[in-house]
Amino acid sequence: MAKTNPHVDVVLVGLGWTNSIMGMELTDAGLNVLALERGKDQDTVPDFAYPKMADELTYGVRYKMMQRPAKSTLTVRHGINDTALPYRHLGSFLPGNGVGGAGTHWNGHTWRPQPQELRLKSYVEENFGADIIPEDMTIQDFGVSYDELEPHFDCFEKVLGISGKAGNLNGELQEGGNPFEGWRSSEYPLPPLARTYNDELFTQVAKDQGLSPFPLPAANASEAYTNPYGMQLGPCNFCGFCERYGCINYSKSSPQTCVLGALKQRENFSYRANCEVLKVNLDSDGKRATGVTYIDENGDEVIQPADLVVLGAYGLHNVHLLLVSGIGKPYDPISGTGVVGKNYAYQMTGGATLFFKDKEFNPFIGAGGNATTVNDYGVEQIDFGREGFIGGSYLSAAMTNGQPIRNMPLPSGSPSWGAGWKQAVKDNYGHAMSVGSHGSNMSYRDCYLDLDPNYTDDHGRPLMRMTFNWKDNDVRMTQYMKQKIETLTKALGPDDYRLSFKDFNSMYDVRPYQTTHNVGGAIMGTDPSTSALNRYLQTWDVDNVFVMGAGAFPQNIQYNPTGLVGALTYWAAKAIREKYLPNPGPLVHA
Amino acid sequence: MKPKPWSTSRRGFIKGSLMMIPAVSIGNGVSLTAEANEPPVDLGDYQPTFFNADEWNFILAACDRLIPSEGEGPGALETNVPIFIDKQMEGAFGHASDWYMKAPFQEDASPLFGYQSALLPREVYRRGIAATRTYCQQQFNEEFSALPEDKRDQVLSSLEKGDIQFDDVSSQQFFAFLLQNTKEGYFADPIHGGNKHMAAWKHIGFPGARASYLEWVDQHNKAYPLGPVSLTGERG
Repeated sequence: MAKTNPHVDVVLVGLGWTNSIMGMELTDAGLNVLALERGKDQDTVPDFAYPKMADELTYGVRYKMMQRPAKSTLTVRHGINDTALPYRHLGSFLPGNGVGGAGTHWNGHTWRPQPQELRLKSYVEENFGADIIPEDMTIQDFGVSYDELEPHFDCFEKVLGISGKAGNLNGELQEGGNPFEGWRSSEYPLPPLARTYNDELFTQVAKDQGLSPFPLPAANASEAYTNPYGMQLGPCNFCGFCERYGCINYSKSSPQTCVLGALKQRENFSYRANCEVLKVNLDSDGKRATGVTYIDENGDEVIQPADLVVLGAYGLHNVHLLLVSGIGKPYDPISGTGVVGKNYAYQMTGGATLFFKDKEFNPFIGAGGNATTVNDYGVEQIDFGREGFIGGSYLSAAMTNGQPIRNMPLPSGSPSWGAGWKQAVKDNYGHAMSVGSHGSNMSYRDCYLDLDPNYTDDHGRPLMRMTFNWKDNDVRMTQYMKQKIETLTKALGPDDYRLSFKDFNSMYDVRPYQTTHNVGGAIMGTDPSTSALNRYLQTWDVDNVFVMGAGAFPQNIQYNPTGLVGALTYWAAKAIREKYLPNPGPLVHA
Repeated sequence: MKPKPWSTSRRGFIKGSLMMIPAVSIGNGVSLTAEANEPPVDLGDYQPTFFNADEWNFILAACDRLIPSEGEGPGALETNVPIFIDKQMEGAFGHASDWYMKAPFQEDASPLFGYQSALLPREVYRRGIAATRTYCQQQFNEEFSALPEDKRDQVLSSLEKGDIQFDDVSSQQFFAFLLQNTKEGYFADPIHGGNKHMAAWKHIGFPGARASYLEWVDQHNKAYPLGPVSLTGERG
């Protein structure tokens, strides 16, 4: 029989970026807040301390900081008539595990979307006509505007201590920044990171071609910094162990480094690690959450009563929890009705690897957000009507994570083993750079999340099922970027180069790492018949359940999602504090 | 001056010693160590935990072709790669302890869906080695480990392409694990048993666990001058 804990005002499910922020905001509001984290507790010391983090096999290759599929995974299929198969070991995307979540092991690319991306459907219809949207493409507006979110982007960037250069300060274009970004109320809190050799080469070539290169906004501190919570960051020393690693230097912004140290001081906050929430409990008519049920560190089932439930696990897990808890109507791709699981989307990336016999790049010297970028082919810069697709990408020359097991690019035709391979690794390691495109991915009627009929987890719950494949619109977008990247590549004058872009026969492949930018499934919007959440990330059906994270995106933006996830969290927190707490109930009446 | 461990004159002797004697009697003090401070175990002295003597000879002979001694830089045997693989078989990788391994399994699934076999990696190794040894006996009337280099290359190549089919294990999956683990053992920190004395890092110019380069970020187009360090503080 399940034990019942004392009541709390708020239970936070997960303790990564979003619920660390929620913890600050809701304890500020005087509430008694408890966070339940499925994974282990971890902090810079002792868990990320030098030298143990500098172990490529353990962390980079064996994914020590990630979710273990043995404990939690999903199934994947390409089409609605296929049988889905389990994602048995990690490859394509890497959900985090433990306190801090994916915010501990990310690279730190911290973007704002372009303003029109938040109202994409309206933007397309107004400028190119509704008839350019393919029949099965289910893009929507977010239901919140860039202007509304601007103060929250600004706040999130200050909490993280982002290193960058503004391109648009209150409407005034700034030399050296991104001229295509939305307006910013203030400069980045820290100047850009020092530039590596690949940055210098790419910057020159991009300028020669009339493009506008700028440093990628990085959550890697370029200087010592104290954030608004009093948390301190030290300057990044370009150790090269960012993606898949915890930061040894208090330099990469993480929930630990930027928020949790302050939050843990608060007497009205507590958290428990190794506690996996199984479901959100609802009252008898299913209209109100009464708390959650979880499995504690001893394997015992515990009921945690609470007035407010904030789901801040990884986006995919939030969707799974909604489905297994019976919150909101599950999406049906045949009828196009229902909302939970709708509009899963991913990210469309491609790239070139350039080989230079006579150049030394020292690829082990890098920060996660170390890159020079151009945004001249962004969503707002492309004539969708003329080009025949909806979407866009930023292009970047990045140098990071140059450890040799997983970062050993070799020219086409190199042997994969034997004496020839051994010679090729000698000749090419340190002599390659890359130029990549990181782009949007539209949502479609038949790309969605639901519960799998065949596979279960350790607790007997059905695994979530992902139905996803690449679509022509997005392939046309990436093929457009391929032309742009090939032009830049040739101008860089390598001895050899290799291109890797999705083509029209490409099927989604779970094996190679692509990105962990899985979005959708619990999307926000203005209409309860087409979105699971209202514009404040409150579920339409159960008004004391709020859902954070990139699951709220109705389609994927062209950028890495964390900046938008952070801003949406502050936006939702403000709504809870100013609108919900004084008057609990639906914040939007449909 | 001590010879480099992979110098031409020593190479034939080392390989001959390792290959020609059964694993159970390996331990004759063949030293691959040239300039050790705290010498890692010698491959010739190592008693495998997972692999039996016949399997161990196979692993030695296969690794020796995947990353051979010939040419510039150390080979898999000089860098203790087989020891790394043996340790992996007993660890989380060999047991797939982090992987979702619940039925039903669909072994003939498209490769796009990743690993879909019910076999643990260590079982793939065990069956793959047995099947390859049997194949070599039938085809060449010899143990794989006794075949000349070009014949071993030919067999490995056929496994890689799936030109050889086995009844109870995928030859391509077996080869893929073997190659993946061989490269991992070559480039991983020596703490995991391979990359002896960081020789593979020296070969390519990777400084290992130094993890501090602030003064080097803007030294463009200059090779980083310092040798590697390991997690245990060994310097190369």
